Amino acid sequence: MLGIAYKRIHALAAALTVGGLSAACCSLLLVIPLVPRQVTTLLIIDRFALFYMGVIIVSAGAVATLSYAYFQKHVAHCEELYLLLLIATLGCTVLVASSHLLSFFLGLEILSVSLYAMIAFLKDRRQSLEAGMKYLVLAAASSAFLLFGIALIYAELGTMEFSRIATAQPATSHLALLLPGIVLIVTGIGFKLAVVPFHLWTPDVYEGAPAPVTAFVATVSKVAIFAVVLRFFYHFEMHQSRAVFVMFIIIAVASMVAGNLLALWQNNVKRILAYSSIAHFGYMLVGFVAGGNMAVEAVTFYLVAYTVTTLGAFGIVATLSTSSRDADMLDDYTGLFWHRPLMAGIFTVMLLSLAGIPATMGFLAKFYVLAAGASAMKWSLIIILVMTSTIGLFFYLRILVALYSASSDRAATAEPLVPANGMVLALLTTFLFWFGIYPAPLVDVIQASAVPSVELLARN
Amino acid sequence: MVTAGAAPLWLVEFDSSWVPRFGIHFHLGVDGLSLLMLVLTFVLGIMSVLCSWTEIRDKVGFFHFNLMWMLAGIAGVFLALDLFLFYFAWELMLIPMYFLIAIWGHERRIYAAIKFLLFTQLSGLLMLIAILALYFVHHQTTGVYTFQYGDLLGTQMSPRAEFWILLGFVIAFAVKLPIVPLHTWLPDAHSEASTAGSVILAGLLLKTGAYGLLRFVVPLFPNASHEFTPAAFALAVMGIVYGAVMAFAQTDLKRLVAYTSVSHMGFVLLGIFSWNSFGLQGAVMTMICHGLSTGALFILVGALQERTRTRDMERMGGLWTAVPRLSGAVLFFALASLGLPGLGDFVGEFLVLLGSYQISVGITVIAALGILASTLYALRLVQRVFHGENIRGWELPDLSPREALIVGPMIVALLWLGLYPQPILNTFGPAMHNLQIQHQANLAAMVWQKR
Repeated sequence: MLGIAYKRIHALAAALTVGGLSAACCSLLLVIPLVPRQVTTLLIIDRFALFYMGVIIVSAGAVATLSYAYFQKHVAHCEELYLLLLIATLGCTVLVASSHLLSFFLGLEILSVSLYAMIAFLKDRRQSLEAGMKYLVLAAASSAFLLFGIALIYAELGTMEFSRIATAQPATSHLALLLPGIVLIVTGIGFKLAVVPFHLWTPDVYEGAPAPVTAFVATVSKVAIFAVVLRFFYHFEMHQSRAVFVMFIIIAVASMVAGNLLALWQNNVKRILAYSSIAHFGYMLVGFVAGGNMAVEAVTFYLVAYTVTTLGAFGIVATLSTSSRDADMLDDYTGLFWHRPLMAGIFTVMLLSLAGIPATMGFLAKFYVLAAGASAMKWSLIIILVMTSTIGLFFYLRILVALYSASSDRAATAEPLVPANGMVLALLTTFLFWFGIYPAPLVDVIQASAVPSVELLARN
Repeated sequence: MVTAGAAPLWLVEFDSSWVPRFGIHFHLGVDGLSLLMLVLTFVLGIMSVLCSWTEIRDKVGFFHFNLMWMLAGIAGVFLALDLFLFYFAWELMLIPMYFLIAIWGHERRIYAAIKFLLFTQLSGLLMLIAILALYFVHHQTTGVYTFQYGDLLGTQMSPRAEFWILLGFVIAFAVKLPIVPLHTWLPDAHSEASTAGSVILAGLLLKTGAYGLLRFVVPLFPNASHEFTPAAFALAVMGIVYGAVMAFAQTDLKRLVAYTSVSHMGFVLLGIFSWNSFGLQGAVMTMICHGLSTGALFILVGALQERTRTRDMERMGGLWTAVPRLSGAVLFFALASLGLPGLGDFVGEFLVLLGSYQISVGITVIAALGILASTLYALRLVQRVFHGENIRGWELPDLSPREALIVGPMIVALLWLGLYPQPILNTFGPAMHNLQIQHQANLAAMVWQKR
């Protein structure tokens, strides 16, 4: 179904990419009545997968649109980028539908390999190449961890299907290799999600990569990987396996604390957003460890909110960037409100959403996660969440202060806004407010589509 | 929940489902208390638009956008009957306030704005946790997920849970009110904000804290708040005395007025936790009158600052001859603030003391001493700024018709509240009565449950 949509798009143009992605998105709506369906043992297409595919494809479309204006300023030949983008998106869709460790790994590699090239796409920029290199080395290392983990699990259980692993779990107190296997898998995933202590690549890659690609790395790839995590651990009785549970808690706390604290010392907007994304995944893990349907819902909502917001924020960065460099220093934003009120206004809203201020999606997302945490009586975790997110408020405020401080003399350099970019940003802002004030439709969709259908292989 | 013989709970009510997944409703209701608070909100809202007429010269549109946004948030706080909606409105008013301070404030505005936001945001999030805790505790005992105020009243919970949840709420309200150890954001925010910002902060934002205590804390957690009363009393007198002493020591006019707010809000806290009809009436009276008198003081100080370009009392002096009408107005509101009989504040503070006397004589005596201290700072203000020789040769324009239009009605209102407060008392009387009846009923129900 999706493959057809992709095969048509080798014609290397942004319009076709966006068109193809829209077509793919519409096709998702058409197949809703046909799901759930098992496609070999490798893939399962259910409402959960469809929902995440929708999120991924829409975000990829936004990234493609933003890329058009951005790369037009930079390089003469940039058609390959769209190809890479589509391949990466394909990898993501495979990920969210995977029900087997092999398809999981395949999807991940499809994603990562195209990301290496995308991050290093601006060949004349040293930073970009460096970031690509860094991502290559670390992603390869994390893949190795992941493969080793998969191998251990296979050695122990003789299967790589999620469902079998999950059902094997309760009776497996003797399976010595299972736990190390899962821990290794979590390590590999941790690298991709950039949670502490596997986060070291994040700021550099975010800073070095071209802004639209950063947006892609920050949203689409992480959403896809988190979706697999949700699917994998939904049936896996995490609460019975104390060690894995504790590991997730430690990762969550470390991510929240380190992400927020480290962001305080940054002057680079892209780096601040990098650290803030580390912190946000910490928050999501708090919701995640709550367990059960509530956790899946909360994390899904949070991921959607995070995607919208982060795309918006990087959209602004991409739109303001010039051909020589990305607009990533705090100074680039000084007094922005007074000469480009619209840009600054949207950026403000995005930052407020990241900070979790009401009337934006970010607030409801945080509320959802807190509610999930509270329903599981994880009081200490949610108090840490609250404390660290207050620290987080501080660095969002720093950007805000810059936006609204007295006007600098660079007022004249403002370029006209590219209509396509403007449309993407306007759309994201509308989403942000619409679902921030009246979230009921989205919550219903999430509740209906995401939660029960993490069920694996009912006929198995 | 309504006991026979009580007046209808809400004058106007609106209820509609908002987020069914969590049982969140868009539920608004007005009773006498909310009504008065709303009137105060909109009166001060109009005043703050009028007083910024000449002060705000750049980005006028964005300024009024923030002002309206904040007033909407405040009105939401006074109207909300769903705890989620309440929290939503509660947080909604922070960001515009932040902008009002950070963009149109004075010298150290960024520092003050960030401090304000961090204090209120952290305390607000603690309240959110408390709300969620209450929500799940209620679910455990009744099996219903709801944020509705009416349903959550009388929720059964263990004393320990009740205490911790109470603490979450109290911290949020204590930061806003402010109660003394958590007040440090206030002098900075008040003195650095523009006039309209200070008026809204002192006149309305502080009242949201008091309203929260009145509407939510005591009714929702009757036992825990009963146990909390001695602590609240101690904090209240500490605030009264500390605020007065600090006000006496200031040379910055706006900081002085800001500290008087700390002192007056101590009275409100005292009245609320007395929880008898005198104390409650006194607390609400003080809230209203403080909103008017302090709001007016900030407007006048702002007008003075616009003229002299300073807030430093040391650099003023002898202004009476230069601006007689403005000086007279300041004198009037300073006297109101020190609790001169015949003006509104006196009625409020007197009733509060009457109420707290029934609970604790010692506390009442110390609080009364606070009134004495308020005489000192109010008279010192007037004397330093307006009396004496005009050695610096200030020559300033007196009150303009626009300013007179702001100040005049407030003078009339304070006189009216001071001389004939009965209509106001009657307006919020039934609401207070209901709160007390409910409180009794809940208390009885809980005691009965424990047996």
